[in-house]
Amino acid sequence: MSESVSALGGASHEGFVRAEDMGLRAMITLRGDLASAKLRKAVKGATGLDMPEQRRIAVADDRSVAWMSPDELLILGPYSEAGTLRETLEKGLAGEHALVADVSDARALLRVSGGTGVREVIAKLCPVDMAAEAFGPGQFRRTRMAQIPAAIWMPDEQSVQVICFRSVAEYAFNLLRNAAAPGSETGLFI
Amino acid sequence: MLILTCPCCGVTAEETEFHGGGEAHIKRYGPGSSDDEFHGYLFEKVNPKGVHFERWRHANGCGKWFHAARCTVTLEVFGTYSAQTTEPPQDIKDKISAKRPGWSWREFA
Repeated sequence: MSESVSALGGASHEGFVRAEDMGLRAMITLRGDLASAKLRKAVKGATGLDMPEQRRIAVADDRSVAWMSPDELLILGPYSEAGTLRETLEKGLAGEHALVADVSDARALLRVSGGTGVREVIAKLCPVDMAAEAFGPGQFRRTRMAQIPAAIWMPDEQSVQVICFRSVAEYAFNLLRNAAAPGSETGLFI
Repeated sequence: MLILTCPCCGVTAEETEFHGGGEAHIKRYGPGSSDDEFHGYLFEKVNPKGVHFERWRHANGCGKWFHAARCTVTLEVFGTYSAQTTEPPQDIKDKISAKRPGWSWREFA
């Protein structure tokens, strides 16, 4: 097997907040009937997490389950466990009308961190209300980041994680880097 | 700016997060239909000033299709509703009637 590398090789940039490539992460797309007890049990069995509510993300240790759409979840875990996660889910969903796909190498995971300025960086790029009352930790939002689709969530008040397609990872990183350029702070959310 | 709420995932966002899909509630004519019917289905779209029904897709979000009832003059959105219907639900019609009394659109009023 060849050695897997992330899209940007761990690149990082210091602006008024820090933008960085988070490296490789296991990402499994699961499509099916999210109300099904069997599917919920399979997700719980593979991740230890309960089904997140609409537009939310459930996080525990190194695993997360994100609500992508009314019939889709994204399951995140350590990159080395991608195969195991997929197999566990497939086993748990045997006989169920559902799809499990390993998309780890099709996506990139970026992070902006280092202060409340992260809200402003995202607000400059996405049509999302980033005020603390409207968006915060626990929520998961798929949206548009400049010209590309992206999904964002806040692990805590000081950081935002961004998932985008791997093919546009460099574009996404440059967007974040530019939006975090020193001197461009607006102080909107402070 | 046109602001829509996706009825599938509940997100409210401006139109750049969505993609317009043209006129809603089009009756499709395929094999076996007359030339006039097929021509009407393909080409005869309405372009009203005022109340309009459209299909939209939450392209940069949950990816689902839905219907929107809106005013083409003011960009006011009367409501969005499921794509799995052949006519606007009564509550959407009532909302439009409250704001645009006497409205009509194709065979709906």
